[in-house]
Amino acid sequence: AVPGSGGAAMCSGETLSVLRSDSYADLSQYRDQHFRGTRYDQERLLRRSSTLYVGNLSFYTTEEQIHELFGKSGDIKKVIMGLDKVKKTACGFCFVEYYARGDAENAMRYINGTRLDDRIIRTDWDAGFKEGRQYGRGRSGGQVRDEYRQDYDAGRGGYGKTVQCQ
Amino acid sequence: MSRRRHSDDSDAGQPHKRRRTSEPSEIEERLESLICRVGEKSNSSLESNLEGLAGVLEADLPNYKSKILRILCTVARLLPEKLTVYTTLVGLLNARNYNFGGEFVEAMIRQLKECLKVNMYNEAVHLVRFLSDLVNCHVIAAPSMVAMFENFVSVTQEEDVPQVRCDWYMFAFLSSLPWVGKELYEKKDAEMDRLLSQTESYLKRRQKIHVPMLQVWTADKPHPQEEYLDCLWSQIQKLKKDRWQERHILRPYLAFDSILCEALQHNLPPFTPPPHTEDSVYPMPRVIFRMFDYTDDPEGPVMPGSHSVERFVIEENLHCIIKSHWKERKTCAAQLLSYPGNNKIPLNYHIVEVIFAELFQLPSPPHIEVMYTTLLIELCKLQPGSLPQVLAQATEMLYMRLDTMNTTCVDRFINWFSHHLSNFQFRWSWEDWSDCLTQDLEKPKPKFVREVLEKCMRLSYHQRIIDIVPASFSVLSPANPVCIYKYGDESNRSLPGYTVALCLTIAVKNKASNDEIFSILKDVPNPNQDDDDDEGFTFNPLKIEVFVQTLLHLAAKSFSHSFSALAKFHEVFKTLAESDEGKLHVLRVVYDVWKNHPQMIAVLVDKMIRTQIVDCAAVANWIFSSELAHDFTRFYIWEILHSTIRKMNKHVLKIHKELEEAKARLARQHKRRDSDDDDDDDDRSSDREDGPLEEQIERLQEKVESAQSEQKNLFLVIFQRFIMLLTEHLVRCETSGIDVFTPWYKSCIERLQQIFLQHHQIIQQYMVTLENLLFTAELDHHILAVFQQFCALQA
Repeated sequence: AVPGSGGAAMCSGETLSVLRSDSYADLSQYRDQHFRGTRYDQERLLRRSSTLYVGNLSFYTTEEQIHELFGKSGDIKKVIMGLDKVKKTACGFCFVEYYARGDAENAMRYINGTRLDDRIIRTDWDAGFKEGRQYGRGRSGGQVRDEYRQDYDAGRGGYGKTVQCQ
Repeated sequence: MSRRRHSDDSDAGQPHKRRRTSEPSEIEERLESLICRVGEKSNSSLESNLEGLAGVLEADLPNYKSKILRILCTVARLLPEKLTVYTTLVGLLNARNYNFGGEFVEAMIRQLKECLKVNMYNEAVHLVRFLSDLVNCHVIAAPSMVAMFENFVSVTQEEDVPQVRCDWYMFAFLSSLPWVGKELYEKKDAEMDRLLSQTESYLKRRQKIHVPMLQVWTADKPHPQEEYLDCLWSQIQKLKKDRWQERHILRPYLAFDSILCEALQHNLPPFTPPPHTEDSVYPMPRVIFRMFDYTDDPEGPVMPGSHSVERFVIEENLHCIIKSHWKERKTCAAQLLSYPGNNKIPLNYHIVEVIFAELFQLPSPPHIEVMYTTLLIELCKLQPGSLPQVLAQATEMLYMRLDTMNTTCVDRFINWFSHHLSNFQFRWSWEDWSDCLTQDLEKPKPKFVREVLEKCMRLSYHQRIIDIVPASFSVLSPANPVCIYKYGDESNRSLPGYTVALCLTIAVKNKASNDEIFSILKDVPNPNQDDDDDEGFTFNPLKIEVFVQTLLHLAAKSFSHSFSALAKFHEVFKTLAESDEGKLHVLRVVYDVWKNHPQMIAVLVDKMIRTQIVDCAAVANWIFSSELAHDFTRFYIWEILHSTIRKMNKHVLKIHKELEEAKARLARQHKRRDSDDDDDDDDRSSDREDGPLEEQIERLQEKVESAQSEQKNLFLVIFQRFIMLLTEHLVRCETSGIDVFTPWYKSCIERLQQIFLQHHQIIQQYMVTLENLLFTAELDHHILAVFQQFCALQA
């Protein structure tokens, strides 16, 4: 609480739509297709979650770097690195769980869309970590996006897997 | 714009059903949207938009008057950056409908009283300013506004009230004058002169002990860091000297003068400031942050001087824009850059100055620090040809003035600059800062560069930092964050405990249990004792050393590995660290192993507190211990200490909340029982119902008391250690006749200030104890001054 901006009352309960806008912290369009449960359950969990999915990481980005960056919006409970299912090495995503949802919201507002290891990273709400979700779901073991992409990305193993196999 | 309201989600079982849209709420949304967005994205002028809107609202008055009143009152309170747009609107409505004007004024007064009652002083200022600008719109009669201000200023005559209360009423009066000074002076010059002279005498006699604690720089050059009321007073005096000519504020109502001056005005009802109560919490005083003046942008438009009222208005409005849009960084950046007057003022400089003013604000920034980093990046994206240069210029200036910058502000500068660089490939002209290489490493400039490089490394990796700085800067580069394992080399085999360390290593690799670890550790002799203590595990520093060194070394690969190790062998840790000395020693060993990797030390300490291997007091004692003296002024130490205090504070709040919830449950239970009260008044059954809940409440009450006592103890330990350390230094300086003001001393005394400032709300509870026990009159005046400055903040 800041002195001078006191508690709730009749007048302070009112706010304006223009000021309520919080688009960075809203749910995105993405829904995990592997989620076990109804769409409604999933969205309820997403709205209560303190866990973020973080994507477009370099394969070389470490847990320590993620901790440093995401620690700027609050105390981190846990970082779970995403792994290639076959190689068990980092494959460019992770989960960051905070103790408080408000801290995760600030990460969505101020860390999403900024750079880590020179790459623009993307954060999104996650319904909660479950064992097995730390693995890539692509056929080759990494993330799906690295299966099919055509471009060369030095931080993500070079060319996409399909291209590499040609 | 999403029209979904988050409250929709509480409709259980009906996730996608929109709130049943009744006509009224749709209309209200439309009205609110019309009002809030007037003038935006329109080809017509603001004036014609306002005229159109006034017509629409006038037509809606018969059916939606109360909604319109509510929206306008809210807009007055929450959109102060568009103040004159809405006073013009109200003026037009009043001209068309006198009664509505009267009702609006009454609603505003009601809202003002409510705000003051619930300590919403910042918003109350906006309301006062709005009312005063309504004088310009012929809605409120000037004499009645002057009368209100007379009541405000007379608060300074009240006895036995905190100075911050009088300050607020004075601020509300003075800060409205840029808008309405001219009109009030024209109508009531004698009264205004009297008010201004009362103001002057109040400002002369009020105490300003708090000022040094809130200044970003201790030096007055190149720009004095003025107390906010002093600065505002200078600005108003200058305005008066300029015969109240004010040319910066956009005043749409001027275009409607012929309509508005036909309108009948209302008199403000007499306004008595609500009395001071125990629950009143007034805003803290501020110091005005200034880093630029007209010499900094010689090519562009002239920057209004520090005592010009234009400067005040621009800064107020820019701060308000940030306050309105802090959650939406792109909108915020766009709104800042579209602030009117772009070609008459060096807007980029104002924006950068206002943002740094907030970032460096003491005690705390209004918003989370990382917001400012990202906002500046958005601004650079929108103005790539001009803003980055201003930012670079600002950075250079801040670097040049590091010698007199408050340590807490330096922390924030370090965090901001390193994070900013990490978004721009760490590109910086480090050679420009070669002057710091010839200075003592403890001096502010080299210290700053070292800390920045360390933070840059945390966001990347060691070799990257070596690559980005010139070779000459290697003396300031961070250490390679590797673990130091004392039992690692064969050459160490003569060290006591070496063989046990080897044993442990093998055991852990073979997935040993806690019990197996205990039995291996039994063989470790205790250097503190002559006889071995077979029974229990009394404090055995060698056992702790061997165990902690070995385990941390095995788990050195990553944070997760180390956390797993702490979790797996939690039992061993708890037992070894049972005593206070044990806790302290565990922390010492953690430091020995990881002194090259401060980030690892911080996360391990955090984990150990959360899993209760060590407690907060142990961490505080460790930080002030002689082993850490060498690192005492390093940033990471203070990050650890403040994080520790925050954990303690959150813990107390959490238990308190649990207690309140349990009490509320009990109250509900009683209420339910009372309401369905039968003739059957079986006391025993109600007791049985209450029993477990009452027990829980009792347990929680004890928990709260013990947590609060632990919290109080933590602060006492910290303050005591500070006093000891500082007194030692002062005595030593006095006896050897050297100057007290070493870099170490400046850092240390400002760290003490930082404790007070960052946790001021909690510490307020302990004022009496602190005054009687620690900060007594016998204390050296250097140290006592810090306490007195703190007391002055809410006095």
